[in-house]
Amino acid sequence: MATIPNEELLKRIGEKFGEQVTLVGEPYGLLTVETTREQIIDLLAFLKTDAALRFTFLTDITGIHYPEQEKQIGVIYHLHSLTTNTRIRVKVFLVDGDVHIPTATELWNGANWMERETYDFFGVIFDGHPDLRRILNVDDMTAFPMRKEFPLEDPNRVDKKDYFFGR
Amino acid sequence: MQNHPVYTDNDPQSELSTLNLGPTHPATHGVFQNVLQLDGERIVSGVSTIGYIHRAFEKIAEHRPFYQITPLTDRLNYCSSPINNMGWHMTVEKLLGITTPKRVDYLRVIVMELARIADHIVCNGVLGVDTGAFTGFLYMMEFREAIYEIYEEVCGSRLTTNIGRIGGFERNFNTIAFAKLRKFLVDFPKTLKEFESLFNRNRIFVDRTKDVAAVTAEDALSYSWTGPILRATGVDYDVRAMNPYSSYEDFEFEVPVGTNGDVYSRFLVRNEEMWQSLRIIEQALTKLEKEPTDIFHADVPEFYLPPKEEVYNNMEALIYHFKIVMGEIPTPNTEVYHSVEGANGELGFYLVNDGGRSPYRLHFRRPSFINYQMYAPMSRGMLLSDAIINMSSLNVIAGELDA
Repeated sequence: MATIPNEELLKRIGEKFGEQVTLVGEPYGLLTVETTREQIIDLLAFLKTDAALRFTFLTDITGIHYPEQEKQIGVIYHLHSLTTNTRIRVKVFLVDGDVHIPTATELWNGANWMERETYDFFGVIFDGHPDLRRILNVDDMTAFPMRKEFPLEDPNRVDKKDYFFGR
Repeated sequence: MQNHPVYTDNDPQSELSTLNLGPTHPATHGVFQNVLQLDGERIVSGVSTIGYIHRAFEKIAEHRPFYQITPLTDRLNYCSSPINNMGWHMTVEKLLGITTPKRVDYLRVIVMELARIADHIVCNGVLGVDTGAFTGFLYMMEFREAIYEIYEEVCGSRLTTNIGRIGGFERNFNTIAFAKLRKFLVDFPKTLKEFESLFNRNRIFVDRTKDVAAVTAEDALSYSWTGPILRATGVDYDVRAMNPYSSYEDFEFEVPVGTNGDVYSRFLVRNEEMWQSLRIIEQALTKLEKEPTDIFHADVPEFYLPPKEEVYNNMEALIYHFKIVMGEIPTPNTEVYHSVEGANGELGFYLVNDGGRSPYRLHFRRPSFINYQMYAPMSRGMLLSDAIINMSSLNVIAGELDA
C-alpha cells in the first residue's frame, strides 16, 4: 500500500478526535500532532488498530524539556505503519509538578523500557507501568538529568568556563 | 511466549539458585548483568540491569556543535561505527537541506556496507565460538582486519572511526583504499563460503541453535525489534529498502528473511546479508566509474570544514572555519527524525534544533537498547547455555545499549 498523505491522515484523526488533537506541523514531511494526556492512549490505540492506518510499530518514546513553557515536560511518540510506510509523531506536554501520563505498555511491550528511560531522564511518571524504575542511571539518584537545569559538569569547576572558549 | 516448561517458586521439588550472569562474564561479550533464578540448568526468571557504561551522550550532545557530535556516535555501536557516523551526518544534512553528490552517496554506501559486514562477522563468528567452534571465528576475523585497513586508508582510524564530515568526506579515497577494497571483494567471498559450509549444515551447530529462542513475528513487532533479528522472524522491514537514504534506491539487493525467528534463522539472515552487502559494494564500484573522481563532498562551505592549507592561505576558508567552529551559522528552528539501517536494526536520530550552536535535544533510537528488553522475558524456561547463545545472536552492543 502506498504512503498515506498527511492531509488524509489528519482528516481521519480529526473525524475521531475533533479538537482534542491539534496539528503542530509537518517538519520534513513527518506529520506531528499534539494531544492531551487524557486522550493519548485512545489516540495511540486508534492509530494502532484502525484498519486503514495500522500504525502497529512503536519506533520510539522519548522526552523533552522546555523550561520557559507553561507545560514544561514533553513526551514524544514516534509511530510507524509498516504496511503503508507512513510515520507519525505524537506529542503530549505536561505541567511540571504533575508529570503523570498513562502508560503505553498495554499496547506495546516495547514501550516498557522506553518509558523507563523517559522516567529516568525526565521524571515523567507513567501511570500503570508495571516496573517504573530507573534504567540507565543509578537507583539512588535524585535528579532527572536530561532536564535543562541539570548541569553537564560540576558547576564549581573554574577551569571550564564558557568565556574561556568564547561562547 | 515460550513452549518450555516454566518452573515456579511454588514447586515443592524446586530448589532455586541465584546466578549473577555478568556484568563482567566472559560469555556475555560486554557489560551485561542478568540476575537469574535457576532451577538446575533452567532459567526460572531473570532481571536485566543495564547502564554500567552509560556516558550521557544525549546530555553531552546538547553542549556540542554538530560536527563534534560525530565522535560520540562512534561509541554507540563500536562494531560498526561508520554507520552511526553517517547516520548522524545524514540527519544534519536533512536538517540543513543539503543534497550530497551521487559520488558521495556511493562512497558512503561502500563504507556503510563494509561496516555491516564487519559487524556481522563479529556476531556470527562469536556465535560460533559460543557453540564451541573457534575455527570459523578465526577465519572471519582476518577480514574484519581487512575492513579496518580500508577504514584506515579512508579516515586514518580503525575502531572509532569518526569517518566523513557533514556534507561528505574529509578527503578523497586514495588508490590504496580502492586496491584494498578490490582485494577484499576477491578474497572475502571465498572465506564466507567456507564459513557457511563449516556451519550451515553442521550437526552440532544446528542442534545447538535450531528452535532455540524462537520468537514469533507478533512478539518481535510488539517489542519494537528491528534489524536482522526481526527479519529472522519473517518481517521484511529494512530501512534501506523502505525509506532509502544515501541513494540506496539505485541499488539492487534482496532483503533476506527467516522463517521461525530462532538463533539459527538469525545466523542465516546475517550470513545472507553479508552476501547482499558484497553485491551492493560491487554495484557501487561500477557506478563510481561513471562519476567524476574528484568530488568527495557537497559544496556547502558554511558547514563543511575547509582543509587546513585553505584555512591558512584563503580568506573565505578562514572565515568559514572560524564561523563553523564558533557555531555562528544560523540553522533552522525545527525538528527532524532520520533513521538508517544499522547492523542491529533501525538506528534513529531525533534532533530538535533551536537554531543555536548545538542541538536543543538529541535522542538516539538505539536498536540494541530496544532489542535487548525482550532478553529477560524470553529467557524464562530456557537452558542457561541456550540463553548465552541467544544473547550472542541478539548482537547487543554494550555501548549502544547504554548510550
